[in-house]
Amino acid sequence: MSKMHVKLKVNGRQVEGLAEPRMLLVHFLREELGITGPHIGCETSHCGACTVDMDGRSVKSCTVFVAQANGAEIVTVEGLTNPDGSLGVIQEKFREHHGLQCGFCTPGMITRAHRLLQENPNPTEEEVRFGIAGNLCRCTGYQNIVKAIMAAAAELNAAKEAAQ
Amino acid sequence: MTDQTMTPEERAASLEGMGCRRKRVEDVRFTQGKGNYVDDVKLPGMLFGAFVRSPYAHARVKSIDAEAAKALPGVVAVLTAADLAPLGLHWMPTLAGDKQMVLADGKVLFQGQEVAFVVAEDRYLAADAVELVEVEYEELPVVTDPFKALEPDAPVLREDIKDQKEGAHGPRRHHNHIFTWEQGDRDATEKVLAEADVTVEEMIHYHRTHPCPLETCGCVASMDKATGKLTVWGTFQAPHAIRTVVSLISGIAEHNIRIISPDIGGGFGNKVGAYPGYVCSVVASIVTGRPVKWIENRMENLMSTAFARDYWMKGRIAATKDGRITGLWCHVTADHGGFDACADPTKFPAGFFNICTGSYDIPTAYLCVDGVYTNKAPGGVAYRCSFRVTEAAYFIERMVELLAIELNMDAAELRRINFIRKEQFPYASALGWEYDSGDYHTAWDKALKAVDYEGLRREQARRIEDFKAGRTRKLLGIGLSHFTEIVGAGPVKNCDILGLGMFDSCEIRIHPTGSAIARLGTISQGQGHATTFAQILASELGIPASDITVEEGDTDTAPYGLGTYGSRSTPVAGAATAMAARKIRAKAQMIAAWLLEVHDDDLEWDVDRFVVKGAPERFKTMKEIAFAAYNQAIPGLEPGLEAVSYYDPPNMTYPFGAYVCVMEIDVDTGEWKVRQFYALDDCGTRINPMIIEGQVHGGLTEALAIAMGQEIAYDEMGNVKTGTLMDFFIPTAWETPNYVTDHTVTPSPHHPIGAKGVGESPNVGGVPAFSNAVHDAFRAFGLRQAHMPHDHWRIWRIAENLGLHG
Repeated sequence: MSKMHVKLKVNGRQVEGLAEPRMLLVHFLREELGITGPHIGCETSHCGACTVDMDGRSVKSCTVFVAQANGAEIVTVEGLTNPDGSLGVIQEKFREHHGLQCGFCTPGMITRAHRLLQENPNPTEEEVRFGIAGNLCRCTGYQNIVKAIMAAAAELNAAKEAAQ
Repeated sequence: MTDQTMTPEERAASLEGMGCRRKRVEDVRFTQGKGNYVDDVKLPGMLFGAFVRSPYAHARVKSIDAEAAKALPGVVAVLTAADLAPLGLHWMPTLAGDKQMVLADGKVLFQGQEVAFVVAEDRYLAADAVELVEVEYEELPVVTDPFKALEPDAPVLREDIKDQKEGAHGPRRHHNHIFTWEQGDRDATEKVLAEADVTVEEMIHYHRTHPCPLETCGCVASMDKATGKLTVWGTFQAPHAIRTVVSLISGIAEHNIRIISPDIGGGFGNKVGAYPGYVCSVVASIVTGRPVKWIENRMENLMSTAFARDYWMKGRIAATKDGRITGLWCHVTADHGGFDACADPTKFPAGFFNICTGSYDIPTAYLCVDGVYTNKAPGGVAYRCSFRVTEAAYFIERMVELLAIELNMDAAELRRINFIRKEQFPYASALGWEYDSGDYHTAWDKALKAVDYEGLRREQARRIEDFKAGRTRKLLGIGLSHFTEIVGAGPVKNCDILGLGMFDSCEIRIHPTGSAIARLGTISQGQGHATTFAQILASELGIPASDITVEEGDTDTAPYGLGTYGSRSTPVAGAATAMAARKIRAKAQMIAAWLLEVHDDDLEWDVDRFVVKGAPERFKTMKEIAFAAYNQAIPGLEPGLEAVSYYDPPNMTYPFGAYVCVMEIDVDTGEWKVRQFYALDDCGTRINPMIIEGQVHGGLTEALAIAMGQEIAYDEMGNVKTGTLMDFFIPTAWETPNYVTDHTVTPSPHHPIGAKGVGESPNVGGVPAFSNAVHDAFRAFGLRQAHMPHDHWRIWRIAENLGLHG
């Protein structure tokens, strides 16, 4: 199958490559770029383990063709780590509140939480639960994930206030 | 503050040992997407394998034409049973003493069965090639009902053994019968039932479901033809056992096989067994000389690898008129699918289902389990429970509720008067177990008090009045559950898998600077072993947990062990860890004695050091001792500081718990909402309370799924109706409640640190709690038994059948 030239920005870095038009974004990220944070759990958009940020929206990268992402700006969980290599606020809160166990849903969950807190910086517990309902977790029962996201919201808001 | 000025308590706290809510060391990697799961393994020249699967549940395979597939550029090979037969690999042994087709050998027995294995340059080409393989089938009559499977004229499913009268577990009495397993005293139980004041009889169904970890099963097999060494990375809950099995069935010498379990994205029992994908990947790598990756997709996972449950449990319970249980009788019809691939210890074809007398002092009992073949996927794994324990707990917790209805008694009180009393431990159950320790009454009273049980019952009574008066359409269910688990398999004298005794192991090396590495025979799938096992070692050795690396999952480096499932890591490998640490401490004591120029017996252990008795200023810390072990010539002692322990547990451990679920149910829509859930767990000594609570949250959510909607359902043609996450219920954050966790501590008397294991308790105890809540909501309207899963439609049906829709 003939390949097409794709160019996109991933975690702030301009990347390009050749891909079949049918290639899924998640496979391009994982297999062509070696960005293995986004995981594949269902390939039908249900589980959310492959969630990435695409032009400021959460998408399930298992059901987006890389061709659709041509020219887009993508953020994966790898892009949420601080520039100095330390954990970003949401990553740190997941660790602090035991918001993960096997770690397989975690990259998608954190990437979704990142977007959720951009959309709604001060969510209620109910809004967090609704906002991450597209991301399944089999280990944690969500309780500590919700706690982690609420704590991250509080810390991000406090930092924002301090900066003003 | 230096360690000279710290109190012993401060020194102990700085170690982050047992009891500490230590943050997980795994999470720095996982939160950044730096885990290394099997699909992240990428080797030069790696090929991708994919299966051609049967669309039929029962059919003869007339022909397979792979020419078009092979002609597709990029396709390297297509394997069928005919290719594997010369190697003797077209069938493989199962863990249950049966055998299973690796690739369809003349017929298929379930929808989704593996028919051919395509190997191609990338996963897209492999998928293309799967479509090009032409298979001609001749459909055969399908049996999905285990009772119909045992009718005299039922179709013969397993033609390969149809005339075989003796199975792995005794005589077979029908061509679709696998085994009969009996425990307890049949005659005595019949007598008790015949003479009892009160008896109740009911069929309890625990439906077929699936562990469905978020990461599916998969592997990468790499045969290095230059060295003759086979390396397999895979989602293996038991890497050493897999190595031995691969060696036995392939003929490759065991030292030439290296099995690596990398990070595993959840297991829950799904990743215990050996699957055709593993065998085909290994063969394909040998044939092509290149590494081969096989990763199943979600539909393949739900359709083919290791279902759980599917037990039809006919129960009879006997009691005195004041509620004292006198006998229990149970017959199980166990649907095992097309091959008996249950993952149970060899001598236990129904696992530890004979724990079904539960938390109660039942003097007489009888159990009989019949295993049956049907046209469904093989498996029968312990989905987040010890072997068949959740079925047993559900059975007894429903029978007790039914008895309460019959006696018109409060179900909490009925439980209380039948609990095994604290002073009866160790308790010998009527079905053959010796419960190690327990204090059920204390736990029960604490739970009921915490939820204000009396208050809830009063509220429920008012709700029923309001409902009858037309003031509300919602009912309130109070779901009770008191469960006893049996985990930590197990004593080698009666527990083995394929002849491998179910001990486990830990090897510790203390480095000269006083840090350490420990390797175990288990493998974490999210349980946080790297965190918790270091805590055990920190407390035992006086080395900070942060200075201890815990490594698992590489058979070339880890000591032999039977792996992680059945909540056995802490009870067995955790014990091995403590025992190996104690060997190190014994040598350290000799080194300290030499350094301090005193007799061994003049020293005592104090958190992280040996101190001369009566002279607290004279001591040697473990760090100092470690260095001495490597730089001093100590008479009579070898250099170095290492130990290994292979721990054969003297008994299982018996965690228990008391759960209360309060559920609102809409009679008109069948919708439910968990308003409150209280979970008290007693897992003995608690190593990391944070991790325990997380395990309880997760296990309860899996229990919620199973009880309230999750199911592997088949139609009468044997089509899987729940093959995607659209149909197979996994609760989201939206319908999952917040849980309140609590605990009591009753240590195991035979475990070196008194720990019992906890990961599976919430599933075992949770399912009856949720299901009993549904039943309890309708108890006042005459409901006795409604089969799970209690999805909205089925709950609506309960109300409809009870005439509550007017």
